[in-house]
Order: sequence, then structure tokens, then C-alpha cells
Amino acid sequence: MARTSLGRWIPETFDGRLCRPYQDPFSLQPMGQRATRALRRVNPGHNKVMANLTEAILAAGLKDGMTISTHHHLRNGDALLNMVVRAIHALGIQDITIASSSVHPVHAELLPYIHSGTIRAFECGVNGLIGEMASKGEIRCPITVRTHGGRARALMSGEVRVDVAFIAAPCCDPFGNMNGIAGPSACGSLGYATLDADYAETVIAVTDYLQPYPVAPISIAQTQVDYVVAVESLGDPQKIVSTTTRTTTDPIGLMIAGYAAEVIEASGLLKDGFSFQTGSGGTSLAVADRLRDKMLAAGIKGSFGSGGITGYFVDMLEQGLFRTLFDVQCFDLQAVRSIGSNPGHVEIGADMYANPFNGGAIVNQLDVVILGATEVDVDFNVNVNTESNGYLLHNTGGHSDTAAGAKLSIITVPSIRGRLPIIRDAVTTITTPGETIDVIVTERGIAVNDRHSDLKEELLRRHLPVKDIRELQQEIVALTGQPKPLEFEDDVIAVIEYRDGSIIDCVRRVKA
Amino acid sequence: MANDEFSLRRSLLYVPGNMPSMLQNVPLFHCDAVFIDLEDAVPLNEKDAARILVSRFIATYTQRNKEVFVRINALDTPWGHEDLCRVLPARPDGIRLPKADTPEIVERLDTLLTEMEEELNVAIGTFKIIPSIESALGVINAIKIARCSSRVIALAFGAEDYTASMEIERTKGGEELFHARARVLWAAKAAGIQAIDTIFADVGDMASFRTEVALVKNLGFTGKSLVNPRQIDVVHEVFAPQKDEIDYAIQVIEAIVRARKMGTGVIALNGKMVDAPVVKRAARVIRTAVSQGMLDYQLDDEVIYGTH
Repeated sequence: MARTSLGRWIPETFDGRLCRPYQDPFSLQPMGQRATRALRRVNPGHNKVMANLTEAILAAGLKDGMTISTHHHLRNGDALLNMVVRAIHALGIQDITIASSSVHPVHAELLPYIHSGTIRAFECGVNGLIGEMASKGEIRCPITVRTHGGRARALMSGEVRVDVAFIAAPCCDPFGNMNGIAGPSACGSLGYATLDADYAETVIAVTDYLQPYPVAPISIAQTQVDYVVAVESLGDPQKIVSTTTRTTTDPIGLMIAGYAAEVIEASGLLKDGFSFQTGSGGTSLAVADRLRDKMLAAGIKGSFGSGGITGYFVDMLEQGLFRTLFDVQCFDLQAVRSIGSNPGHVEIGADMYANPFNGGAIVNQLDVVILGATEVDVDFNVNVNTESNGYLLHNTGGHSDTAAGAKLSIITVPSIRGRLPIIRDAVTTITTPGETIDVIVTERGIAVNDRHSDLKEELLRRHLPVKDIRELQQEIVALTGQPKPLEFEDDVIAVIEYRDGSIIDCVRRVKA
Repeated sequence: MANDEFSLRRSLLYVPGNMPSMLQNVPLFHCDAVFIDLEDAVPLNEKDAARILVSRFIATYTQRNKEVFVRINALDTPWGHEDLCRVLPARPDGIRLPKADTPEIVERLDTLLTEMEEELNVAIGTFKIIPSIESALGVINAIKIARCSSRVIALAFGAEDYTASMEIERTKGGEELFHARARVLWAAKAAGIQAIDTIFADVGDMASFRTEVALVKNLGFTGKSLVNPRQIDVVHEVFAPQKDEIDYAIQVIEAIVRARKMGTGVIALNGKMVDAPVVKRAARVIRTAVSQGMLDYQLDDEVIYGTH
């Protein structure tokens, strides 16, 4: 066992790889060169189009023990990963590692293939039933949870080597040029797939909208793609992007959003050139909504919005409140339409978005990020991976990346969920270290990290309900009582990798 | 509340008495008062459970930052009396009495409250009454109801039941309510108590809600019953004093402070006399502005009333 600087015990090795204990957010220096792959030659007359997935898998030379990947832009509407694993299973190939950018509840369909040995491990975080089954010990399948920036780093450094990338290509030509803006499975940005296109040994584009050469604009180019396969459908468009994303109408959510917007205003960052990121949840959008009003009222012109992009941000771009949107993933139809038509709406890859080991990621330019949590603790550590039952249910996404990068990282979270207090003595799982979290906003008060005494004073001056985090915790626990502690077995089912590749925590099997 | 004259009752939010998830948030909302409802919001088979929940909640809500009224079931129902017996020991600020059609009904509640106060050993008059004027009969009797007990601190108009009793539809424009509202207002103002307007049920239609709040403020209502916390801010915005009102109020207070130093209670400001009623009005404006975070100002009773 090894101990992180935050006091968590982690295994010495996990899934055959040495675990380096987390030390701090910024000092780990990378060594060595970028990963590379074999040169290839394609002569005139070469045909990339394969008759079906099976033929493409055979052509790619996929063998037992290899690693495959997909991207998660089709979210819970994705049919490709399940389709690929079925085809691999039918070929009798075993011990495959999945290194997708994320796995969603729809991929619970993979469970039988974990039991059968087709799938050996996940080199990525998982959302939903797979993590739950692993937490219960019902499947044996090591899971390495990574941030979006951390995945980019792991592919770039060669820590994760993808043998065959299957890239869902909503609009694709026979030579492999693709984008996400047209076709029945249009998902907008293909930002998470660009890493796979760059580093996977073999790249297979899979499309349900094969168009004559050339497709433009080009998000991923023909030079990266080895094979092209047309399938009937990549997924369920209803579940790929929302028709709209809306702000919350929940009074508690609105109260939290109102406080968060006040904190941002008090921070002094809300001025010309302001840059901002928030998620697609109702409370996050309500913060964006309040900020929009404040920016309009004060005539503030921001610089950029980033991350997963919603119609809300598109409206702000069109109203001139941001000059640019850096879009790694589109959340709704309005964002998809915009990325295909507005030159200020820029598609970016996960590397540029959040990788700590390159010439500088966009997250480092962020003024403010609004983030969620399943739990926080009195040291400001944040858990987004496990739930109150101890099950691994959520992937990290860009949480730790943006928290580390932004000048002001704000957690918005209700103080009580399902009768449980959300501020704990110690979170079940540390996803994002408290060193990178500045403010926690709940409906019962605002806790400011001690590093920001100026901000704390300014909030008090503005009569906002600033409370010491322990005081806030006690107030909440006075209502809820202290929940019974979770009990875990010793065996580690997943490690939580920090963005720099060190291990910040691990997830253990829950005692039955 | 020490000085009832200055009790702001702009926003009075209904909270269902059978929902713990909503009750736990009562301390958080920025409304001036809540009406915890044991009447229409609570189904018959939950009346008992709601009483227990509400009384426990009020008893634990010791850091009061708003007034707490309980809307009991009408006294001629099988639940009204028991509601009182269960919730009063928890010390709410008062009772919102539904279907207060006659002064006799309110007097009956007054008697019951006195009995409970004796039993609980608290000062007579502790528990206030806000009668709901919500029928044609109630509107006709409003003038007597407003004066029938010193516990009555406000009349609350209830348009949903009123329109039902009139066999008419309620409209968003509210023309059909005009006469009833005016009579409730006269009754309240003549008795020197507050007047609280009816709920606006369509939470999604904030524009019409804002129009209605502006209308009732101009008519003279001092507050409004609300069905959703999202409506609170709108009421406070509409009821907020204007900047020139606040500036003038501060000048008045500063003038009276100078006057008291000179040993008098009257002084001229910009050629107009400043005396007790002007100071009280100014204090009301300042307290309203402070309570809405529009102003940072320490105002002592001594300034308003002078040293005793």
C-alpha cells in the first residue's frame, strides 16, 4: 500500500501498472517523448471501405489482449461500442481492454461479455451499471478512471496504447474524412475522438451517413483513418443530444445558482475578457442565465466559453457576450447547428481542452468554472465518482482539469440529497483535490477555501451567507443526523487517476 | 417581532404541511412569512401525520428568520380544533384561519387561542390571527372581521374560493376581483392592519404575476400570498422602494437626529416639516430597503421615537 498526500491508501500496483501516489496538482514533471505509431503508405486506387465491422476488425488485426476505444459523443444513445464488442465476441477474441473516452449506462449491455472474458478491463471511467456491478464484486474487471485531460495525457504519453480505435463518424466519406455536424447521428464536436485518431495503431471510421468524397468541413481527416465501415445506425438520435437544455425551476437550485452568480461578481473576474465554463445541468445553466443578465446589464464582453457546449452558450455567443466557444462536446441540437455554421464556435480536441502535459490547455485560460459533486468534505475535496452507497457510478469528465486550471472553481451542490448531508468529514472517494477548489455554494451557505480570504471578506461585505465549512457541515448534520458509515472490503475495483497520471484515490468493493 | 408596525409582510409563502422536503427549506427562503398549510394541501388521510410533522418542524425551527403562520382546517371541520391543539405548543407566530366568513368565527378562534395561551403559560395575545376573506359573505363582513379581535394583524384575501362562491371564473386581469379587493383593503386600512392579496397560481407566467403584484401594490395591499418560492423575488422587486424614496428617507432620519440633539422632535427639511409620522414612514422605507439588501444602514428605535 502507498499513501497519497491527502492521506488515502492506494495499492502499489493496479492492473499490472505501478501506482504513483498523488502529491499535489501542479508539480509532477513528465519525462520522455510523445507516443508514436507506425508509418503507413496508401497508394492510388486503395479502397478503405470494408463490408462490415467484422471485416474491418479482421483487417485491423485485432487479437486477444489488445485495446480498443470509442468516443462518447453519442452519449447514452451510442450503439457502436456494444456493436463492436458483439462482433469481437463473435470472432472469439478475448481479453480486450476498453479505453473509450467514457462509457454510459447504455453500455450495461457489455456485462455478459465481461463475464465471458471478451472484455478484461476498462482504461476509462464508467457511468452506470458496470461500475455498480464492479463495486458489488459481481464482475471482475479493473477500471482506471481518468479525467478528460488525463486521458489525452495517457494516450499522448503512451501510457495507454490503443490498438484499434472505432470512431463513430456521423458524417463520413469513403476515404475517412468526417465531421459530426450532419447525418442522423449528428453530435457536433468530435473533440474526444481526435486523440484516438492521432495515437491509435489502427483507426476505423464507422458511419451511418456515408457521403460522396469529400466531406467538409473536416473534423478528423483521411490521413488518420485506415478503414471505413457503413452501418445502418450509430445510435438513438433522441439520446445523442437533447432537443433543448433548460435551467432548473427548482427553488433550491435557483437559490444556489443565485449565490454562485453573486460569488462570481464579487470575485472581480466578471469584466471584459471574462471566460467561463459550466455543465449542462439545470443549476449550472441557471448560473449562466444569471451571469448573462449581469453581463448584459453591465455591458461586459467575455472572451470565451468552453467545455461541453449548450444552446445557452450559443445564445451568449450570438449576443456578443463571448467572442469564442471552445467546444469539445455538444450537449444539444442548438449547439450542433451552431458549430456547423458559426466561425466563432470552434471545435477543439481533448488535448487542447485539458491535457496537463502539452504546451498549455484551454482550462488554464479559464476565469471561472462551475462544477457539481456527489459529496464534498471539510478539506474541500470533491467526489464525483461514487455515490452515497459507495458504488462507482460516474466518470470524472473534465472536473479535476477545469478545477485545476480555472482561477475560480466553484462547486454548486445542494446541502442535502435524499436525507444525506453532502458536506462530509472525508469524501468517500477523492476525485478532485481541495487544493484546486475555491468555493462551495449550497443553499444553506457559501464556504470559501482559506486561500481566498479577500474573496471571503468581499462576500461578507455583500451580505452573502458565508460560513466556515465546518459550521455549515454542522448545520446540515443537525438536520440530517450522521449517516451510518459505508463498509468496504479490501479489494480495489478501480483507481481514480489524477490528471497528471498519479493515483489520487481508489474505489474498493462494497461490503455486501 | 418587537414592533408590529414595522413587520414587513410582503411575501407570504404557502408550504404544504405534509412535505418534509419542503418544510426543511423554510428557513432558507427569503420571504417575510410562511403559511404552513394543514388545510387544502394535505389530503384527508394525511391530516394526522401532517400535524405531527408541522409541530415538530416549528418546534425545531428556533432560529426564526421569518414569521410562521399555520393554516389550520376551518373550525367547523373535524380537524380544525385538533390542528390548534397540536401545533400551538410548538409556538407558531399565528394562525391563518380559512373561511373566516363572519366575525363570530374569528372570535371563536380568539377564545380557543386564549385558552391555549393560558394552558401553555404564554402571554395572552401571543398568537396572531390572519383571517382569510374568501367568500361573498366574508367580503361583506370584512369590516367587522378586521376589528373583532386585537389578534387580527392582517386580512388575507382568497380569490380562488371567493370566485367559486361567486360562481365566476378567475381571470388573469382580475377585473372580477376589483370590488372585493377594494372592500378588503378598506376594512384593513380602517382597522389599521395589513392587507394581503390572494395567490397567483400560474407559476410559469411570471409576466402576468408581476403585473398583478404591481396592481395590488398600487391598490394598497401590503403583501401577497405565494404558492412558489420563485415568486418571492418578484414581490420584493415590485414592493422595493425607489432610489429617490430611500435617499429622501435617509435625509429625514438625519434631520430628525439633528433635531433630537437640539432637544426637539420637529425640524424642517427642504422647507417641509419633519415630525413623527414622516419619520415613521422614512423608517419604514429604510427598513424595507435594508431588508432587501438595497441599503446598509443601522436604524435604532431611539432615532425613530426619541429617548424615553
